[in-house]
Amino acid sequence: MSRPMTITEKILAAHAGLPEVEPGQLVNCRLDLVLANDVTAPIAIREFAKIGIDHVWDAGKIALVPDHYTPNKDIKSAEQAKLMREFARAQGISHYYEIGCMGVEHALLPEQGVVGAGDVIIGADSHTCTYGALGAFATGVGSTDAAVGMATGEAWFKVPPSLRFNVTGTLGRWVSAKDIILHIIGLIGVDGALYQAMEFTGDTIESLSMEGRMTICNMAIEAGGKSGIIAVDDTTRAYMKGRTERPWTEYFSDPDAVYAQVYEIDATAIKPTVSFPHLPSNTRPAEDARDVWVNQVVIGSCTNGRLEDLRIAAEILKGRHVHPDVRLIILPATQQIYRDAMHEGLFDIFLDAGAAVSTPTCGPCLGGHMGILAAGERAMATTNRNFVGRMGDPTSEVYLGSPAVAAATAVAGHIAVPEDLG
Amino acid sequence: MEFRGTVHKYGRDIDTDVIIPARYLNTSVPEELAEHCMEDLDAGFVGKVAAGDILVADENFGCGSSREHAPIAIKAAGVSVIIAKSFARIFYRNAINTGLPIMEAPDAVDGISDGDKVVVDADSGTITNETTGATYRAQPFPPFIKDIIETGGLIESVKQRVRG
Repeated sequence: MSRPMTITEKILAAHAGLPEVEPGQLVNCRLDLVLANDVTAPIAIREFAKIGIDHVWDAGKIALVPDHYTPNKDIKSAEQAKLMREFARAQGISHYYEIGCMGVEHALLPEQGVVGAGDVIIGADSHTCTYGALGAFATGVGSTDAAVGMATGEAWFKVPPSLRFNVTGTLGRWVSAKDIILHIIGLIGVDGALYQAMEFTGDTIESLSMEGRMTICNMAIEAGGKSGIIAVDDTTRAYMKGRTERPWTEYFSDPDAVYAQVYEIDATAIKPTVSFPHLPSNTRPAEDARDVWVNQVVIGSCTNGRLEDLRIAAEILKGRHVHPDVRLIILPATQQIYRDAMHEGLFDIFLDAGAAVSTPTCGPCLGGHMGILAAGERAMATTNRNFVGRMGDPTSEVYLGSPAVAAATAVAGHIAVPEDLG
Repeated sequence: MEFRGTVHKYGRDIDTDVIIPARYLNTSVPEELAEHCMEDLDAGFVGKVAAGDILVADENFGCGSSREHAPIAIKAAGVSVIIAKSFARIFYRNAINTGLPIMEAPDAVDGISDGDKVVVDADSGTITNETTGATYRAQPFPPFIKDIIETGGLIESVKQRVRG
């Protein structure tokens, strides 16, 4: 009988070919997917070339997504995208997504069935942890780790201790997955899960859609986490069925698995939450932030640019108009989400409200393009980071919140909750 | 290996967006990145940093994005070593993989001030503050990571493995 293990330990053990692993152990794991984007792939490709082998380990297990500065904002970014495109063609990379079928990588790859339960995935993008929502071990790495992953199909990991967040109770009206994860980050801080795996359990988590689960795992990195993970259930199976291209494997934490810490979170006490500048952990209830006037609202990103997010925004924006001093930019995260939102009539609601609707891109989330802030300007965003200068000028400010709070804020002109709109 | 330089000291949670703002990520050329290193945290950094200088910071240095441009920019700006109370995990990997020396030494961080002259013996993990005379010890790296560093970074160690 092997030692009791967490879901994370079981996935890493299986991929390291070991019967068991324990926190702190260094293991070499077989990878199911390596991904990079137009910012990180150019360096990865350069480093790959230094290794001295001609071909990637498996052209079917590498995903390259030009999503950060695309459609390209300037000549330099076009050169980076070109480098990635040519590498993808030369290597026969099957999961390369050109403009027109592209999306924000962490919304796109689950949607396209490229990731599945039980996988070990590394991505040269910190929000790779999103895929934990499907019961996979997924973690962000740098370009050099991605290069080595592309060459060898392996990566080394230090098995992380696990933190368990057991979230129970029914969420209030307009309280969403985003509020849960902002609440948790506010509770433990931006390094509260440093080097550790964040495992989310409880009936509140089980009640969430896949979209909501991805929002939660997406922001594990904002607490310093190595990964976020939610075990497979019928919601996950229904999502993966007919979508995930490879057979998946389900792992579950043993009842007596050891956690570095267990947090009991009462979901009924969580309010719509906003992160003030300049850290995601700087959280306050949105209802205490009504004196914060904003110039721009962004609804999108790998955190909150999925169909469910757009539906919530539309519900609030329907029959209302964006405040005259606010610019509302909505970015459906993938082409499929874009099409679905259009067919559902959400675009009419957004356009009638005075919003701009963009083609999928990471764009303003990282201060790339499509909505950069001038000196002293403020934005409310459904994105994931509010560091100094994240969306533009170093004196600009970003406030993070849910799609509901963002939509209400766009109408009110200041940070608001939907109830404020009357 | 020994490093000697003037300390530039910063606080906790220094994120990769202030180390190298995303508006400059349309390139990966080290020298171009170095021109904007730490720009949104300390606009005067590039003007005052000299080759061999040392960065000192509190907890969670390098949090946020996975951009390897961050350690590349710091290294190309001339910084020889970073001493912090702790590093964000992706930055930690990236620094080791790209050959930028880093050390976790909470006591040293508390005992070193901005502008101090410091000597670091990377092999023994000894940090000497020449300004105050105090000596500190960094946490040793696990042997596996030490091997990567001594081989000259991750690519070098993989090259040897692929050939072997």
